Amino acid sequence: MKISREEVEYVAMLARLELTAQETEDYTGNLNSILEYAGILEKLDTSEVLPTAHAVPLHNVMREDVVKSSMDAAKVLANAPDVENGFFKVPKIV
Amino acid sequence: MDITARSAAELHTMLESKAISATELVREFIDRINKVEGNVKAFVTLTEESALEQAAKQDEKIARGEKIGPLAGIPMAFKDNMCLTGIRTTCSSKMLENFIPPYDATVVERLLDAGAISLGKLNMDEFAMGSSTENSAFFPTHNPWDLSCVTGGSSGGSVASVAADEVAYSLGSDTGGSIRQPAAFCGVVGMKPTYGAVSRYGLIAFASSLDQIGPVTKTVRDNALVLNAIAGHDTKDSTSVPFEKPDYTEFLVNDIKGLKIGIPWEYFGEGIDQGVARVIQEAIETLKGLGAEVTECSMPHTEYAMPTYYLIAPAECSSNLARFDGVRYGHRSQNNEDIISMFRKTRAEGFGSEVKRRIMLGTYALSSGYYDAYYLKAQKVRTLIKQDFDNALEKFDVLLSPTAPTPAFKLGEKLTDPLSMYMSDICTSPLNLAGLPGISVPAGFVNGLPVGLQLMGKAFSEGMLYRVAYTFEQNTDFHKVKPELTAEVVL
Amino acid sequence: MSVNDYEMVCGVEVHAELATKTKIFCSCTTEFGGEQNTHVCPVCSGLPGVLPVLNREVVNLAIKAGLALNCEIADYSKFDRKNYYYPDLPKNYQTSQFDLPICKAGWLEIMVDEEKKRIGITRAHMEEDAGKLVHSGETITSSMESFVDYNRTGVPLLEIVSEPDMRSIPEVIAYLEQLVEILEYTEVSDCKLEQGSVRFDVNVSIRPKGSSEFGIRSEIKNLNSYSSVRRCLEYEIERQAKILDEGERVIQETRTWDEGKGITLSLRSKEEAHDYRYFPEPDLVPLVIDREWVERISQTLPELPVARRARFQSLGLSEYDAKVLTDSKDLADFFDQALIEYKDAKVLANWVMGDFSRILNAQQCAVGDSPITPLQLAELLKLIEKGTISGKIAKSVIEDMYTTGKDAGTIIKEKGLAQISDEGALSGIIDGVLAANPQSVEDYRAGKERALGFLVGQIMKATKGQANPGKVNQLLKGKLS
Repeated sequence: MKISREEVEYVAMLARLELTAQETEDYTGNLNSILEYAGILEKLDTSEVLPTAHAVPLHNVMREDVVKSSMDAAKVLANAPDVENGFFKVPKIV
Repeated sequence: MDITARSAAELHTMLESKAISATELVREFIDRINKVEGNVKAFVTLTEESALEQAAKQDEKIARGEKIGPLAGIPMAFKDNMCLTGIRTTCSSKMLENFIPPYDATVVERLLDAGAISLGKLNMDEFAMGSSTENSAFFPTHNPWDLSCVTGGSSGGSVASVAADEVAYSLGSDTGGSIRQPAAFCGVVGMKPTYGAVSRYGLIAFASSLDQIGPVTKTVRDNALVLNAIAGHDTKDSTSVPFEKPDYTEFLVNDIKGLKIGIPWEYFGEGIDQGVARVIQEAIETLKGLGAEVTECSMPHTEYAMPTYYLIAPAECSSNLARFDGVRYGHRSQNNEDIISMFRKTRAEGFGSEVKRRIMLGTYALSSGYYDAYYLKAQKVRTLIKQDFDNALEKFDVLLSPTAPTPAFKLGEKLTDPLSMYMSDICTSPLNLAGLPGISVPAGFVNGLPVGLQLMGKAFSEGMLYRVAYTFEQNTDFHKVKPELTAEVVL
Repeated sequence: MSVNDYEMVCGVEVHAELATKTKIFCSCTTEFGGEQNTHVCPVCSGLPGVLPVLNREVVNLAIKAGLALNCEIADYSKFDRKNYYYPDLPKNYQTSQFDLPICKAGWLEIMVDEEKKRIGITRAHMEEDAGKLVHSGETITSSMESFVDYNRTGVPLLEIVSEPDMRSIPEVIAYLEQLVEILEYTEVSDCKLEQGSVRFDVNVSIRPKGSSEFGIRSEIKNLNSYSSVRRCLEYEIERQAKILDEGERVIQETRTWDEGKGITLSLRSKEEAHDYRYFPEPDLVPLVIDREWVERISQTLPELPVARRARFQSLGLSEYDAKVLTDSKDLADFFDQALIEYKDAKVLANWVMGDFSRILNAQQCAVGDSPITPLQLAELLKLIEKGTISGKIAKSVIEDMYTTGKDAGTIIKEKGLAQISDEGALSGIIDGVLAANPQSVEDYRAGKERALGFLVGQIMKATKGQANPGKVNQLLKGKLS
């Protein structure tokens, strides 16, 4: 097993997912089988290989510093679950 | 032939010659939807009223004697991960069940400008993660050829709606095969363009470095027509390539004499259904008969593509889907103690199990201590896979393979085994890693289920793919066979 | 051990808002203020499906700052995502730069107690700012709910990270002041501390004096004034010293400064590990920066304060005067522009720092908004030099110049303020004054030098101060001898 239940719980915290005990167990199993499968990559020597982050090599894509009008505040807030006085409202932070 | 079964090109001729009005055409398609949608379940949202309004506008144009474009007045639909102002866009997720975008995706803008009539939004695997459209939070879509089978995925609604003649064409998105694999399962033409050929602005991201939008159509000609409308540089997408866009229909010639086609033998390994292999072998013979030079070749890193894909795509998705937290839009859990518990509960409730699985996998692959072993390693292997394609495509005009290892499987068959489901993308995902274009065209049947032929090409060689696909299509009849959808089927 | 037995080791991260018109990845304005959530678009509010497009000016300003801070400018640079969840971060990741920042390996020189010291700059990178949280209670910890405003989200920042080279609080303050001055001078940032456009994070540890090992550090985030930095470091050094004195270990952690109570507090809960899962931003493409680009930017670099001070001193100004003038770029620019027309740097400096600054301060007018132009001040000083008006009259003329915006020459003409230098005219007036004050004439002739001053005063009074004092002296002495 490459990944323990505790690690799965830690990852769930990082990813802000609340998992049930059953899900934690299921994902522990799933992740292990997927990572085991991914283990075949270890066979390849990639010490001399550069990573590919973008499939198509582009660079220096930029726009000019010109102001365009922002969105209507009503539209900004239209999809929000909880709004007060033009703000997005959230429960206490800590 | 029913009007709804006709190609977009034929419908355009009818509209132009005033054989039918756009409004009548929309009504025909609405009738068809009413007849078959109960069984197919391709749509998440139907927008008949706005479709009729748009059609009326096109009719006014036609009445004024204005020349209309090739897609004007023709009903189509969008995969439900493309934003359309004022129309609910759900990604088939509970998370976005009530999300209404205040802006249009670039592809939406371009098609609406071209006079396209949108009939609505199409079902998909939740956030485009899946290969069967069973991961939709709402309902699975059914394969029009056999309603007990899956459509493939994640663009299941896009292909089923076209196969069932509910629309003339649709748009899908393809991250690891999500246009091509379902196109193969449902016997339609699906193109994944070169990365950067079509703007991703307004496409709700799954894996940003792999996602591309592409057309799903009944014929190769239609496909070229739709790509004409949606491809091209967009300043809103930094990864959009400023290339000189050709008229793709100019490549539609019935001639492949002397073209070099490579057959990478690794794509015919274990796991390929014998029936599928036979269909593809026959297709190869057909192409040879038409004058193509067909040669076997090797792409040695093919077996590493799947694990590479299943590290890179989840890693990107874990970050892309972080924004769904219940603050600005989408689902929010009730009775939250504090912000962290709100985030965790909201996401636990809003996402389905496959999405969570991939977020977990991707978070793990990026986390401290594992980045080098998983994510960085996968990016390096990605380079090797890309080099395989570069090497092979130096020698060949196109590469050929099956689109999927099997025909459509039964609903529920692979749901409990994520890995076997992932294998469904084995022939398609390498191309996304390389950023290259690929098309799936109907190539035959196994036990009454369609089989797709995949053609892969160099960056921005969509025209070449269309040429080979068109020649194949013009010399075969598979695209003319229609599923026998009857209204009586009870599920 | 007492606090004095320890030496502090400090490095600073400075977040400076770049002076662009629009945000880093969208075309929303960066203007400060505005109703909540009105400077927001689909891109900066992180709606599903949106994509970032980099503002060219952000890169230009980052290169400019890098050059001013003696950094190497990267040939190849890229953006990365820093993943963490916080409600002021719409995408729950911050687009920043991780392993390939645009600037690295720079330095700047500070002066503390007459001693020069070079402080290393590890790197400077571009990133987006987060939004603003407003808490319903008095502090974040006592609030039951919070409110989010995304106006600031996506405002471009340059994060400048120093080496842990500072060993005292005065060194830290000198470094910060020097850095802010450079950013202001180069117009990379307007450095409005009160608007939060520059924020400081300090990393501080202590070690017994003479030790060469680093202690365990704490990071105190989001300080926004020099005095907060000073007080916070004083507190933190004492706190750490107490821990070490008790034989305990300092915990490596992020702390927050409570301005009201004057203490630092632990910020992160245990479950909040630092695991930002950085990876290359797939929605942005890399930057390839060629030498031409860097050269183009370097040509827009103004003379930096240190060099300017040295030049002013070489013109004969005192170190103090040079410093006062260069403390504000606008004032130094004003001085330089006036200097083109009026060459006596010392006299000019006295006027710029004296009456000119006094009037502006009294009227709370910024140098940039001054109705008196550098050219007008130079003209005034030339009129004094030529003897058209006296220095004393000039003090009232400059007041009028401020209120009316008119040239010195115009005001002098309108008000008839020109000095009387004509010998014939002066002679008559002097004769009259001498006739009216025979006692003083006698006193002077009897050797009482002071009587001369009284007579000059009477002549000036009779001419309303317009008599040329030199001429009066000369003529008077002639008549009395």
